[in-house]
Amino acid sequence: MELPPKVKNILLLDSEGKRVAVKYYSDDWPTNSAQEAFEKSVFTKTQKTNARTEVEVTALENNIVVYKFVQDLHFFVTGGEEENELILASVLEGLFDAVTLLLRSNVDKREALDNLDLIFLSFDEIIDGGIVLETDANVIAGKAGINSTDPNAPLSEQTISQALATAREHLTRSLMK
Amino acid sequence: MAQPLVKKDDDHDDELEYSPFMGIEKGAVLQEARVFNDPQVDPRRCSQVITKLLYLLNQGESFTKVEATEVFFSVTKLFQSKDTGLRRMVYLIIKELSPSSDEVIIVTSSLMKDMNSKIDMYRANAIRVLCRIIDGTLLTQIERYLKQAIVDKNPVVSSAALVSGLHLLKTNPEIVKRWSNEVQEGIQSRSALVQFHALALLHQIRQNDRLAVSKLVGSLTRGSVRSPLAQCLLIRYTSQVIRDMANHGQSGERPFYEFLESCLRHKAEMVILEAARAITELDGVTSRELTPAITVLQLFLSSPRPVLRFAAVRTLNKVAMTHPMAVTNCNIDMESLISDQNRSIATLAITTLLKTGNESSVERLMKQITNFMSDIADEFKIVVVDAIRSLCVKFPLKYRSLMTFLSNILREEGGFEYKRAIVDSIVTIIRDIPDAKESGLLHLCEFIEDCEFTYLSTQILHFLGIEGPNTSDPSKYIRYIYNRVHLENATVRAAAVSTLAKFGFMVESLKPRITVLLKRCIYDSDDEVRDRATLYLSVLGGDGTVDTDKESKDFLFGSLEVPLVNMETSLKNYEPSEEAFDINSVPKEVKSQPLAEKKAQGKKPTGLGAPPAAPASGFDGYERLLSSIPEFAAFGKLFKSSLPVELTEAETEYAVNVVKHIFDSHVVFQYNCTNTIPEQLLERVNVIVDASEAEEFSEVTSKALNSLPYDSPGQAFVVFEKPAGVPAVGKFSNTLTFVVKEVDPSTGEAEDDGVEDEYQLEDLEVVAGDYMVKVGVSNFRNAWESMDEEDERVDEYGLGQRESLGEAVKAVMDLLGMQTCEGTETIPLNARSHTCLLSGVYIGNVKVLVRAQFGMDSSKDIAMKLTVRAEDVSVAEAIHEIVASG
Repeated sequence: MELPPKVKNILLLDSEGKRVAVKYYSDDWPTNSAQEAFEKSVFTKTQKTNARTEVEVTALENNIVVYKFVQDLHFFVTGGEEENELILASVLEGLFDAVTLLLRSNVDKREALDNLDLIFLSFDEIIDGGIVLETDANVIAGKAGINSTDPNAPLSEQTISQALATAREHLTRSLMK
Repeated sequence: MAQPLVKKDDDHDDELEYSPFMGIEKGAVLQEARVFNDPQVDPRRCSQVITKLLYLLNQGESFTKVEATEVFFSVTKLFQSKDTGLRRMVYLIIKELSPSSDEVIIVTSSLMKDMNSKIDMYRANAIRVLCRIIDGTLLTQIERYLKQAIVDKNPVVSSAALVSGLHLLKTNPEIVKRWSNEVQEGIQSRSALVQFHALALLHQIRQNDRLAVSKLVGSLTRGSVRSPLAQCLLIRYTSQVIRDMANHGQSGERPFYEFLESCLRHKAEMVILEAARAITELDGVTSRELTPAITVLQLFLSSPRPVLRFAAVRTLNKVAMTHPMAVTNCNIDMESLISDQNRSIATLAITTLLKTGNESSVERLMKQITNFMSDIADEFKIVVVDAIRSLCVKFPLKYRSLMTFLSNILREEGGFEYKRAIVDSIVTIIRDIPDAKESGLLHLCEFIEDCEFTYLSTQILHFLGIEGPNTSDPSKYIRYIYNRVHLENATVRAAAVSTLAKFGFMVESLKPRITVLLKRCIYDSDDEVRDRATLYLSVLGGDGTVDTDKESKDFLFGSLEVPLVNMETSLKNYEPSEEAFDINSVPKEVKSQPLAEKKAQGKKPTGLGAPPAAPASGFDGYERLLSSIPEFAAFGKLFKSSLPVELTEAETEYAVNVVKHIFDSHVVFQYNCTNTIPEQLLERVNVIVDASEAEEFSEVTSKALNSLPYDSPGQAFVVFEKPAGVPAVGKFSNTLTFVVKEVDPSTGEAEDDGVEDEYQLEDLEVVAGDYMVKVGVSNFRNAWESMDEEDERVDEYGLGQRESLGEAVKAVMDLLGMQTCEGTETIPLNARSHTCLLSGVYIGNVKVLVRAQFGMDSSKDIAMKLTVRAEDVSVAEAIHEIVASG
């Protein structure tokens, strides 16, 4: 029996249900077409809901799907029907906030595609083979947005420097307006 | 401040659909990947190309073997760059390409170097990549480093090693098991995630050692776990330990319950939910244990976070199936959720309310649901319809409002599955509640007037043919059926013709009119319709006296006595010749199906359209099965079949359970045997029964099972005779005897020589409850008052100390085997007294009603007053005897 909480997939779709980035950790959807079919049904089922302030949740094909939307991006995290919804929600929130940090609060499809490497790295840092690796958005963002020219800086400091960078970005932007 | 690897603020054109990947093509990207081979690596450029490759893979594009190998080899060249951002992308693409084992060699040295790098990020990721692509022999080489990594002072490295261990445990368990000491150390880590990963791995390593797991849980529940995720895990392990202990017969105070309860006060909601769910899922949970869990879930119901509301209502919904009374306290909160924005939550709330609601709230609920039905999706509607069906069975008196509701939604828009669920529900109600029959049939008739689903039309027509003729005024259905002949496609027309013929056959007065109608069908454009009409006309024709045609009528209108599968094979094997096909030559025995076929069957339709599954279960199924065996045909009508009783423990070589079939003067034991060993074929499987402790029984005959292949259940039978109409009881010991033959798993062929062997099964008892059939009455009070008061027998019993009232009620119900009426099987939380209404039919077709009043005093001593009324005084006395001796 598999007791540790398992995430079956993470989906990031656009406002038409098309893939921006997805990652599957379960054999429930062995082929690309099976995956696409699942994405389509998840998208259609949640399309009309308003998941912009709080994480929403639904049951689909014996799975629990938690989701949150921002601009033209739809984030989903799927787990088995026995899974603790709140664990899935913490994964989703971790991912969502990490992406927000990495994209400096400009979270939309265009920005996500421009920084797709960061999105892929966030996926990689949050779940490893279905097992939750990390849920703290700051840590994830710190690891994914790793500094290119200063390889010897320890991780913890990078997290802070990342946060500083974000803060500075915010400040300049608000001054420019 | 250095810029991370972000290609931001480039000159975006103001196109509407801007995408950096517009017009991307696999061939071109593969060309671009040659940049990896440049002597002077450009990190930024290379990262971009890797992102493009990942994008292609992510969009479902696949690389050929050659392409993947080529990309992989050039990617390995990038290890020479010192750029960390690029290195992260290299790790990522290696994992995605999942290279073959002969290719892995190329990167192992680079990755091993990174594993020992000073840079934490390199160490952590190199471990994850290496463990993903490595095989057993290489693993032994790096094992030392992995053990080191587990106790690394950097939590990220430590977690990477532990999680990799979890994955590797599946492929190389013997290696990972050697890491226990290091993993143990991880549990003490101050990092929340390391603790979580270490706990998961340590448990996985020890999972087959019950004692070790129990010790682990025992030591950790004393409170050294800090991370919420690890705490959730610990709760899961704890419930597993509780289950194991219960399975191994350790009774007494439930261990660790206090730990679960203390988790309800944890500060993380995730832990509270996990604990609440664990408590509700405990085997045989008592209402006292449930209460604190229900209380926290009730608080969740009014949370502003949808996930919390969903989690709570989903859990309560499950609890409502087993402990409806425990959930009633939440009904007010639940009712406000009916209008929840999130439709999943609303549906769960509705179905929970339908389960917990009492008779008086049905109408109010139905009104609320009606408003709600129009704006939810079909799949939710099906859930609601199913809940209404069970509600109707529970409160038969309310069938009128429920039926009205069903017929209303039947008329609205909806897909096939939804409509089928409604039709199935109406059919169930018609079958279970005789009063509902006429109105239900009319609703169905109206539905087929305007039904777009051929399948449903034919099924309803068939059902009308069975039920319609037995109603008070069969003629009113004829119009609906005959309309089908004019307005529908050929399949429905044919079904309508058959139904008409059934009316003509069953209702003598309608026969002339039906004949006229059928005559018109002879000119139909479709062969099948014409053929059926002609056939039925000739059967119905003549002067109406029952003559030599009786046999053919039975054949056409009665039920088919042979299994359809057998009929089909026989017909396929039949070669057209002078000799006519003889239905009597079709074997009546239900063959055990070969394994392959069974798997292919997959999902079966249930309800109206479901063919009887073979081997059948349920009373109808048993009756059909037994009547198909010639030896048993003379025993008369089957009175009752018990639920299967397991005679072997789970996971033994041979799984056997037994069903007791009670006839008037015989008892048939049906042993359902399953062979769980693929390498064995069992032949001549028989059960030797020792009835020395069952004096009134004498063995008549037994019927062995000829062959029992792997995983394909079969039945052996043993028959006992007992005095007619007497509820004889006794104890039987059973031994399974058989001949074992070895099977070659690759070819599936059995060897010729077998060895005789036997296998001891557990004992079986025939108890008084086996002679009682659960038969409900729709109005207990009326039924009770219609019975003669003179024949009432009253007595009082002390049931001793019990955990709760519910336990005592259940014990008495199980003992008597009677149907509880009017929802009295559910007991309010913390109740000190309760009245249970039971009804049933005792052997000899004697109707029995029981009113059992329970009371509990402060020391949990339970007393019961049992009032029995039966059509026969001796039976009433017999019931008291059962209770007194039980």
